Amino acid sequence: MSIQLHYVVPGDDFTRAGEASGAVKTTLKQLGFRPDVIRRVAIAMYEGEINMVIHAGGGEADVEILPDCVTILLTDHGPGIPDVEQAMQEGFSTAPENVRNLGFGAGMGLPNIKKYTDTLDIETEIGVGTRMRMTVRVTEG
Amino acid sequence: MTIADVKTILNARLVCGEVLDTQVHNACGSDMMSDVLAFVKEQSVLLSGLVNTQVVRTADMMDMVCIVFVRGKEPTAEMIALAQERGIVLLTTPLRMFTACGLLYQNGLNGGDAV
Repeated sequence: MSIQLHYVVPGDDFTRAGEASGAVKTTLKQLGFRPDVIRRVAIAMYEGEINMVIHAGGGEADVEILPDCVTILLTDHGPGIPDVEQAMQEGFSTAPENVRNLGFGAGMGLPNIKKYTDTLDIETEIGVGTRMRMTVRVTEG
Repeated sequence: MTIADVKTILNARLVCGEVLDTQVHNACGSDMMSDVLAFVKEQSVLLSGLVNTQVVRTADMMDMVCIVFVRGKEPTAEMIALAQERGIVLLTTPLRMFTACGLLYQNGLNGGDAV
């Protein structure tokens, strides 16, 4: 079994952020994945989606589902991340005030993605965009 | 306790949702969804004073079954539609966050492990 899913994450409508993650969650549930695995995928992808909407004007999400591994590739054409190491630190945030008023921008997004995934690779170029590839493995639980 | 008990204890009004006999054991109160996503584990009830669709999304990603809006906040039609689609019960209480959390704690809900 291999399932490929593709989503466009619109950048102009904050209310729609999370639609793709919600759809993936539903698909994984229908496929019978374990709840803890589904939750890890859902949270990591949702954080990534929110990041793309806040910082990059949206982007695209490609998800590959295998029986033992879920891979999520998030691609945007935003400003890029100047210092990835700094961005990975808990509490570091460049989110504007209006985003904080919406309940986000605590600087926990990237650390949280790292926490819930087995691998996380970030390729970023200033002025060009960011590609984030994350995997969640289904291990014996 | 059940979601119906939460509703009674908080003198809350049911906004949407039909299954009120679901058992709940843990809750968290926050207006910061980033923190909910980062620190919360196995919680079933979210109390919040924040009103936007991402509150419902966050609860959904965390497998929470009930959201209580404090200080009489009213969820939007969009939030209600999303909660119905995802099977999440929405309640609203006139109580403030501290009081609402305190009453639930007093009646047996806990907040999970410390960070």
